[in-house]
Formats: sequence, structure tokens, C-alpha cells
Amino acid sequence: MTIAATDRAPTAVSTGRGVHGPASKRIVVAYGFWIFILSDMVMFAALFATYAVLSRNTAGGPSGAELFNLPNVFIETMCLLLSSYTCGLGVLSAERRQPARLFVFAAFTFALGAAFLFIEGTEFARMAESGAGPSRSAFLSAFFTLVGMHGAHVTCGLIALVYLLAQVVAEGLQAAVLRRLLCWSLFWHALDIVWVGVFTLVYLMGGR
Amino acid sequence: MDNPEHAFDDRTPGVGEDERSATYLSYTAGLVLAIVATIASFVVSQTNLLWAPGIPVGLIVLALAQIGVHLVFFLHLGTASDSTNNILALAFGVLVVLLIIAGSVWIIANLNSNMMPG
Repeated sequence: MTIAATDRAPTAVSTGRGVHGPASKRIVVAYGFWIFILSDMVMFAALFATYAVLSRNTAGGPSGAELFNLPNVFIETMCLLLSSYTCGLGVLSAERRQPARLFVFAAFTFALGAAFLFIEGTEFARMAESGAGPSRSAFLSAFFTLVGMHGAHVTCGLIALVYLLAQVVAEGLQAAVLRRLLCWSLFWHALDIVWVGVFTLVYLMGGR
Repeated sequence: MDNPEHAFDDRTPGVGEDERSATYLSYTAGLVLAIVATIASFVVSQTNLLWAPGIPVGLIVLALAQIGVHLVFFLHLGTASDSTNNILALAFGVLVVLLIIAGSVWIIANLNSNMMPG
């Protein structure tokens, strides 16, 4: 049952394909998390497909072009992109055993992610108030499901980030904590990739 | 760059080939490219820079380019032999995603044109 027991790679570079023995635990864990992320992408694909099918069925209600505020979407996009950038730099600092830098970058990541969620929440509230809530039309149900699911992922990511930083404070930058940070950064970059699809398909194509 | 002792030898998604050199630079290059692609997407969608019926195609191309930038510069998925497993898993994921999206759109569009009254 033991796939890999060591935290460090063996002396020869292990390829993960059995050439130099089993891959290090770090490789196995990140690979497993990568598979999870890809399965998450498959779920998002189902929601994208639903949206693509239903996006013109407005049932006499408002269409995307009337509802979307593209300057806000641009700010949201920049927030998420910059938070992905600071997240990458943060994990890099953690790998180099620089906790102070990690905390600075993580603070930026959290603040930018929270700003993204705030803008998205405000937009959702404004739409719901103006009678364009999820129950108005098939288009809006699909819109709120897809974009809301992405927002829910971002929310979970922010909670996980706080939890991980607490672990760094409590346990230091040991191998297990580093692995979790690495997996978290994969998750965060993947969310940014999903957002590229959201702003292109939903906002830019639907908002014209 | 800062820490000469490097603890790890192998590759996972999210970790660069040589962490000691140019990784801050690689993230920054990725950020700049992604910002350029994002701004280009918004400009293309809001102006007549592209021939109007070609705008969706242009937007899709820009989105794919940006996803590529994210994969290479942020997730560090390259052509190195030690990320083969990650690339293969990604390729399978892309296949499933394409089947779900293109298949759904194709089937429903076909039903729409064949079965809707009027």
C-alpha cells in the first residue's frame, strides 16, 4: 500500500515513472491534487456547457448585455490575476524558507481575493434587487450557478489560505505544510484559469 | 537566487524546473502576458477592431492563449520529460472538458433546429 514514504527525492532524479524507484511523497501528493483539480475542471465544464446552451433563453427578462458591468468585470479580472501572481511568489518564498515574505505575499493574495468576492457579491446583489435573480430565467439560473460556483470556490480558497497560514505559524515551514501550500497554490491558479473562461464566455461574449 | 541549498529535485505542477534562477522573473513575465491578453480581450469585445462576426473567434483565441500562459508561467507545465505525467493527466482533462462542452452545444443546437415548432 505504501506508494512513497520519503519527503525528499532519492539521490537520482526520480521521474515518477518507476525508473529510480517511487517518486517522493511531495510528487505523489501534488500529482493526486492535480488529478482532483482536473476533475473539478470537468465539473466546471458541465456548468459551462449548461450556460452555453441556456444563455439565450432569457424568457423575456434582461439579457447579459443589459445586466453586465464590464468595467467592474475588468477590475475583478485584475484582482484575481494579481492574487494568482502574489500566490505564486508566496509559495516561492515558502520554498526558500522565507516566512516573512510568504506572509506579505499571502496577505496581498487574501486581500485581492476578498476584493474580487466583494465586487462579485455587490454585482449579484444589484442584479437580484433589480429583479434579475436566479429564478428570473434559464439564462440567469445558469449564470448564477456558473459564476456563483466559481465564487464559492474562491471563498473556500480564502478560508483554506487562512487555515494554512495558521499552520505555518503553529508548525513552521516543515515538509507537510509546504506540500499543503503547494497544493493550495495549484488550486488558486486553477481558479484563475476558470475565471478566464468565465469572463470570456459569459461577460465578453454575452455582454455585447 | 536567495537560498543556495535547494531541497527538492523533482517536478510537480506549480514548481519550476530551476527554482534558483529567474523564477520571480517567470511569474512576472506570466503576469505581464496575462494582463496583455486580458486587455486585448476587453478591447476586442468592445471595439470594431476585429470584423464583427470574427469577434467570438478572436475572444476564444485570446482566452486559449491566456490559459496557455497560466499553464506555462504559473503552473510550470513545460515540455520537460519529468512533467510527462502531469501533461498526460491535463491532456485527458482537456479531452473530457471539450467532449462535454462541444458535445452539449452540438446536440442541443441540433435538437433546437430540428424539434422546435415554427
